[in-house]
Amino acid sequence: MAGTDEMSTAALSVSQDGQALVLKAHGDWVVRTLSAVDQQLRELSIPRGVRAEFDLSDIDRADTTGAWLIERTRLALHDAGSVTLTGAPSGLDQLLDQVSNAYADTDTLPPRGLSILNSIEGLGRGLVGAFNEGLHLLSFTGRTIHSMVRWIYMPQRIRITPIIYHMEQVGLNAIPIIALISFLIGAVIAFLGSDMLREFGAQVYTVALVSFAFLREFGVLLTAIMLAGRSGSAFTAQIGSMKGREEIDAMSALGLDYVELLVVPRVIAMIICLPMLTFLADIMGLVGGGVVLFIFEGISPVQYFIRLENVTEIQHFNVGIIKSVFFAAAIAIIGCYQGLKVEGSAESVGQRTTLSVVEAIFTVIVLDALFAIYFIQIDY
Amino acid sequence: MAGYGSNIISIRGLKNQFGTQVVHERLDLDVHRGEVLGIVGGSGTGKSVLLRTIVGLNRQRAGSIEVFGTDLTKLSDDERREYETRWGVLFQDGALFSSLTVAQNIQVPLKEHLNLSPALMDEIAALKLGLVGLPPDAGPKYPSELSGGMRKRAGLARALALDPEIVFLDEPTAGLDPIGAAAFDNLILSLKKSLGLTVFMVTHDLDSLQAICDRIAVLSDKRVIVVGTMEEMLRFNHPWVREYFHGPRARAALDAKT
Repeated sequence: MAGTDEMSTAALSVSQDGQALVLKAHGDWVVRTLSAVDQQLRELSIPRGVRAEFDLSDIDRADTTGAWLIERTRLALHDAGSVTLTGAPSGLDQLLDQVSNAYADTDTLPPRGLSILNSIEGLGRGLVGAFNEGLHLLSFTGRTIHSMVRWIYMPQRIRITPIIYHMEQVGLNAIPIIALISFLIGAVIAFLGSDMLREFGAQVYTVALVSFAFLREFGVLLTAIMLAGRSGSAFTAQIGSMKGREEIDAMSALGLDYVELLVVPRVIAMIICLPMLTFLADIMGLVGGGVVLFIFEGISPVQYFIRLENVTEIQHFNVGIIKSVFFAAAIAIIGCYQGLKVEGSAESVGQRTTLSVVEAIFTVIVLDALFAIYFIQIDY
Repeated sequence: MAGYGSNIISIRGLKNQFGTQVVHERLDLDVHRGEVLGIVGGSGTGKSVLLRTIVGLNRQRAGSIEVFGTDLTKLSDDERREYETRWGVLFQDGALFSSLTVAQNIQVPLKEHLNLSPALMDEIAALKLGLVGLPPDAGPKYPSELSGGMRKRAGLARALALDPEIVFLDEPTAGLDPIGAAAFDNLILSLKKSLGLTVFMVTHDLDSLQAICDRIAVLSDKRVIVVGTMEEMLRFNHPWVREYFHGPRARAALDAKT
């Protein structure tokens, strides 16, 4: 190729001169050419008490890697016996010095433990880390509640504008997607339910199934999971990028309480919006079920409505709405908490956002299970 | 070593433009083999753009850039890659890959372009860490665990991985404390001496300019208005150059050396 410097290959010849082992280097000893010579040098058998001579006079060019191979070989020969370097071209001497200085510091690489011990250690660290994370989250929840309670005593500190802004983001903008998926899930439940119950000739109970399932569980769970993915993650990303740019530190330095400014408005907006969206999801789920029953089972909307009124008790609806408040608090607090745990890089924002969604959905489902046991125990 | 005389980089009539904003116009510059060339200029004069244009991260509107005697814009991608392994670039904050450890960062170009045994690659990584003055335990660390100065050194180690002939440094001492900056200057100087490097350095640091640059090029009015040694800069009569090299900070930097 025009303009590219010609590069000769590196070579090493080994010979025996009486008692002495003679190594002679040829060609360009640069990183591009040394792969084979490296292998040759590694496999070189060095007898104990060797007297060696390393002739460098035929080297055309050497870079740090070439110098390192020479230095490595010299050290090995030196350990086994004695060695003299001869004929080093000017410049290579200096390079050899520099390389030997640089590498002198590096032979204390940190020891690696046994892999099974490492994984046990990792398990232990993970458990302790999860426990500590739980404690931190609990203390953060306490701090958030404290700030919220303070607002009750000092209503003039309540910040309406950010609450309204977040309500728009969390609530208003989520209406179409929540309505759509609730409608579809309601339709699916009605469809599967009526298909199943037909075998017992009990299609008419499908109405009870849809209303019971949606009002108690599906409406609120769907909404909560949707908002955990949609808004909980957004909270983490927003607060996380602020943390990354030291904006949170700037707030603290200016004497502002970031929990009050950033966390509380988001938590309140979520607590207001999630129950409202749950209500919407309930309605849309029932509508979806009604549409399916009308089309496939011939139950007219009027019949559906009367049936619904007969089988549905208000406490089913209450259970869903009561749960939604707690889910809302959990999602918002976890989202903000993870945002505040971001450190430095954009990569950390991504990790924390994932973690926030996973943790929020996990918490919602665990809470849901606890609520199920609780409401059955009190027979509500 | 044929094909190009003493000029390892040769720029003629370069023009760079973003939208309606012309950054460079009819810019000429030669970089000699084995020298340390410092590029100075006010904010917005396109120092970093010039660097990015030479290494091919930004395509010029007009003019020619010859590196190693070859106009790289006329080559195919594969041919270009050959040349790209012959220079190293240190970006402002090191630009280390955050998902890899420091040692793996250094090995990226080795893995990509060469076929070396893993043992040799580990040795090379350890060697480069030592060369740039990082402790050996920095190797298994991730970039986020290093301080800014250490990230710069690690970035330099990666730039040096393939033993390049030219290194491009974008504000290597910005954000370092004076001791760290002086150490970095010394590092570049000693690497240049032992490896025969050519160094193309964008900098604002008057101490660096005084301590390690063989020549200085001043970017102003969309072109290189003057190239020369520190003494020539001090004699050159241009308002910005006068202010830059005769300002209070410059005086302090120069006094410290004499």
